[in-house]
Amino acid sequence: MVEEKKKKIITPALGLTLAAIFILPLYIILTNSFKTQKGIFMNVMGLPFGEFFTLENYPEAFEQLDFIRSFFNSLFITVGSTLVIIIFASMAAWMLVRTKTKVSAFLFFLFAVAMLIPFQAVMLPLVNLMGRIGFLNPLGLIFMYLGLGSSLSIILYHGFIKNIPVELEEAAIIDGCNTFQIFWYIIFPLLKPITVTVSILNVMWIWNDFLLPQLVINRPEWQTIPLKMFYFFGQYSKKWHLALAGLVISMVPIVIFYIFAQKHIIKGITDGSIK
Amino acid sequence: MNNYKKWFPIFVGPILLAFLMVVIIPMIVGIYFSFTDWNGITNTPNWVGIENYIKAFSDEKFGDAFKFTASFAVVSVFTINIIGFGLALLVTKKMKISNFLRSIFFMPNLIGGIILGFVWQFIFTKGFASLGSIFGWSFLEGWLSTTATGFWGLVILMSWQMSGYMMIIYIAAIQSIPDSLIEASQIDGANGLQKLRHIILPLVAPAFTVGIFLSLSNSFKLFDQNLALTGGGPYDSTQMLALNIYKTAFTMNKLGLAQAKAVVFLLAVAVITVTQLYYSKKREVEM
Repeated sequence: MVEEKKKKIITPALGLTLAAIFILPLYIILTNSFKTQKGIFMNVMGLPFGEFFTLENYPEAFEQLDFIRSFFNSLFITVGSTLVIIIFASMAAWMLVRTKTKVSAFLFFLFAVAMLIPFQAVMLPLVNLMGRIGFLNPLGLIFMYLGLGSSLSIILYHGFIKNIPVELEEAAIIDGCNTFQIFWYIIFPLLKPITVTVSILNVMWIWNDFLLPQLVINRPEWQTIPLKMFYFFGQYSKKWHLALAGLVISMVPIVIFYIFAQKHIIKGITDGSIK
Repeated sequence: MNNYKKWFPIFVGPILLAFLMVVIIPMIVGIYFSFTDWNGITNTPNWVGIENYIKAFSDEKFGDAFKFTASFAVVSVFTINIIGFGLALLVTKKMKISNFLRSIFFMPNLIGGIILGFVWQFIFTKGFASLGSIFGWSFLEGWLSTTATGFWGLVILMSWQMSGYMMIIYIAAIQSIPDSLIEASQIDGANGLQKLRHIILPLVAPAFTVGIFLSLSNSFKLFDQNLALTGGGPYDSTQMLALNIYKTAFTMNKLGLAQAKAVVFLLAVAVITVTQLYYSKKREVEM
């Protein structure tokens, strides 16, 4: 009994200690973002107080990051890409499952094998090709995410659709639905759980992606948050007080997203990795 | 059946077009470019045979980047998976705060590599130095200014970021173990360690395949964190493969050479991940 009680205290205590260690880096960033340059220089570990406390880092970092604009750029690119990926990957996966031909088997194999290709292997010819057809802009970027996200999303949808009985569709054909209607009215609503997984995985990747936008986007007014943060940091790396405020601002949207979508995110990760 | 085929181009066409234009064609063109003196400006590069590959293999920095990447990948696969599995064991114990703990451990995963790299740059250079001077620990000073501290800095950053992800995978595996098995082992008098060794570990082996696969390929392909944390410095000694390829292309403007390195990189990634999957799958069956 004594043993049991000990466990009841020790395990949570260990858990909380580890949680504190995990949070510590972000806590240090947050507290120091409220210090003046001199405050950071004098004492990194202490709390911001007295003459070392300031709120002025934030407005300046916010402005330098052009945050409203870069936030909406990130949002437009992430949401746009995720939407087209969901629409076209689910359609393609369904067709590949339902047509049992050599062509569909080969295409599925091709999508799966391409998972092994690291981005660096295609990036130089990709940017060259996209430049020639005038795709180096946000809409072109969405098209590129559709191509890059196709493999994983089709594999996930494919695995899910295999378990949906075809009889459902046969009944709908008798009722006079065409193939397009069958997919959108009958099949797509059934895909909701896997659609959530596919969305979460793509949103997390595209929102945070740096290299592709860096290669594709050549105008400051199109820059996404990671891109703006990178250039901002380059300018202010000696001015940690501003850089830290910028980092905190950059992290806010994803943390808010996490607070609201936590359950879906964790379920999405679990489902996405098992398949 | 015929009806499906008629609609095939409409359903598969759009994403196939994007996939071909963004992945397959660049891949093929890239292999061709790796045999040319392509510089990105002229569209008709000259064929130079395997010259770029010879240059890539005799490039000392590329060799160093390869070694650095391989050692980093080996070390971080261990740390990420051990910490991740440990956290999973911890939060699957019955306690009120386990959901809260999961949320905390997973959180670093959501933040982008560039931002995290800068966050840890501050922690290592300013935070560590400050702790070092408070406690008089000299090993906390000068982080990221040497190859070794750059290496361990990257390992710490990646372990911190990815072990929460692995935790999620291991939680799912641990929870799928039937309670009856655990109870039976308890009746048989197994202690905690024996339970772990003979019941939990063999049954979560498939999850280890996934965890090692994901952490290995992520570590091998690491770019953002490398760029933001050390930028490859000091003197390119903490430069990983992806960053070396990037700098070859955009700092040195040798696109043909960069593309040859990228092809080598592709082969290395493919060989490592396929081998790892093969052996883990085999081991799972044996266990």
